[in-house]
Amino acid sequence: MKNTQILVAFLTIVRREIRRFMRIWPQTLLPPAITMTLYFAIFGNLIGSRIGEMGGFSYMQYIVPGLIMMSIITNSYANVSASFYSAKFQHNVQELLVSPTPNWIILMGYVVGGVTRGLFVGFIVTLLSLFFTDMHLENLLITVLVVFLTAVLFSLGGFVNAVYAKSFDDISIIPTFVLVPLTYLGGVFYSIDLLPSFWQNMSLLNPVLYMVNAFRFGVLGVSDINVGYAIVIILAFIAVLFTYALRLLNRGHGIRS
Amino acid sequence: MTYAIEISDLKKRYDNGFEALKGVDLKVEKGDFFALLGPNGAGKSTTIGILCSLVNKSQGKVSIFGVDIDKDFAGAKQFLGVVPQEFNFNVFETPFNIIVTQAGFYGIPYDVAAPRAEKYLKQLGLWEKRNNPSMQLSGGMKRRLMIARALIHEPQVLILDEPTAGVDIELRRSMWEFIKELNDNGTTIILTTHYLEEAEQLCRNIAIINKGEIVENTSVKSLLKTLSQETFILDLATNIESNVSIDGFTVKTLADGHSIEVEINKGQSINDIFVALNEQGLQVQSMRNKSNRLEELFVKLTKG
Repeated sequence: MKNTQILVAFLTIVRREIRRFMRIWPQTLLPPAITMTLYFAIFGNLIGSRIGEMGGFSYMQYIVPGLIMMSIITNSYANVSASFYSAKFQHNVQELLVSPTPNWIILMGYVVGGVTRGLFVGFIVTLLSLFFTDMHLENLLITVLVVFLTAVLFSLGGFVNAVYAKSFDDISIIPTFVLVPLTYLGGVFYSIDLLPSFWQNMSLLNPVLYMVNAFRFGVLGVSDINVGYAIVIILAFIAVLFTYALRLLNRGHGIRS
Repeated sequence: MTYAIEISDLKKRYDNGFEALKGVDLKVEKGDFFALLGPNGAGKSTTIGILCSLVNKSQGKVSIFGVDIDKDFAGAKQFLGVVPQEFNFNVFETPFNIIVTQAGFYGIPYDVAAPRAEKYLKQLGLWEKRNNPSMQLSGGMKRRLMIARALIHEPQVLILDEPTAGVDIELRRSMWEFIKELNDNGTTIILTTHYLEEAEQLCRNIAIINKGEIVENTSVKSLLKTLSQETFILDLATNIESNVSIDGFTVKTLADGHSIEVEINKGQSINDIFVALNEQGLQVQSMRNKSNRLEELFVKLTKG
């Protein structure tokens, strides 16, 4: 395929992915808006007012970046895992497999679809947070970079999950038993300074901690960990997952006999 | 000579150890209307799956229009359009979107794909349904949608894997007219079907695959010439009072009381039957094969 044809194929996948999550917006865009509004109202407003300050900010201000990041993580992951698994389930993944579209473009197309939904939901949640608290950006570049890289990373994770999935249950197991615990323990609601030193060290093994803190640094200017180190960690995870996902596609794992 | 499809020593062993293909050799000429026949599980779908990259081969060489799939699979895929046996499109999408999206996967931009989609949707009688969710289409419409989708990049070879399964007679005939027209315009057609009369009427060349091996690969004409015996049913103008017998032929009187079944061996003349019946005062009103001629050969080649 010529480069222009490859670009057409890539944009076709991206457009199809965006059309999918926009078509089913009551399942894709509305739930995170409702859930996060509840988080803001209950944790931020009601409980947060009794907690007081954290890291020099009101509790509401402190958890807003974490909750935005949480919605980006879960939505970019869910978009790719649900979309690719559905394509496998309905066999319409064959439309792509019989075509000359290179595997790396298929992967990139799905990832950009996931990133788009993650950012779209992140934007909605950010708008909603403004009803509850003021927000200013401390470092726009870091904020945008971390949001984008995190969405890429979890889109790749969703893709790998979908490749291995053999039923719809399999695409909900990882989010329920891995993603949610990692996110909750990743410093969304608290600073790891509050933890005993053993659990502080254990928390450093959680990749989500780096993303939440790097994003919080971009928004508030405070972080439990070094931001440069966090970005390197995210990039390393992206490199590993991209290579692994592409290898699965090249071997046709779960999609070719 | 460059063939549309050239397969040599193709083998496929699945992870569970099942050997689906045991060294298949096959050549399909450009512009041919070719039938690939075989019983269920013979290896037809595996062969097609390898051609269109849905199945990884274990061994062998496959070329499509001279392009080796091991060297340039993307290039080889450009020549190929596939209509699979099972519906494999997103049922929530509209026919128009499905086709234009498929064009995009081949690198065809929207401004080229949209008029082509209109052309094929109109030709296949789906234009009125272009904006309906595909789940609302009837079975026959879904099959036609898959044909339109397979043609959107204007392939040189069109593979149809049992395209008329479950399709009513009228629709089947209109689909064959459309496919024949494509073939007349130069598209190579490869067909698998369980309706052997279709293969006999439409295809010029044929391969029969059984248990992962090609057991016959020749022209339909040559294959039919090898029939050593045919069975005809003759409908007579009057009821038969007693059993009919004709010297040199095996004759069976049928239960309806006015038809007989006659076995004719190679070399025997059908005229002798008419003469003998005439002498017995019996007039033949109509005559037909008991079963499709290709079917008799197919059963013979694949039994056991």
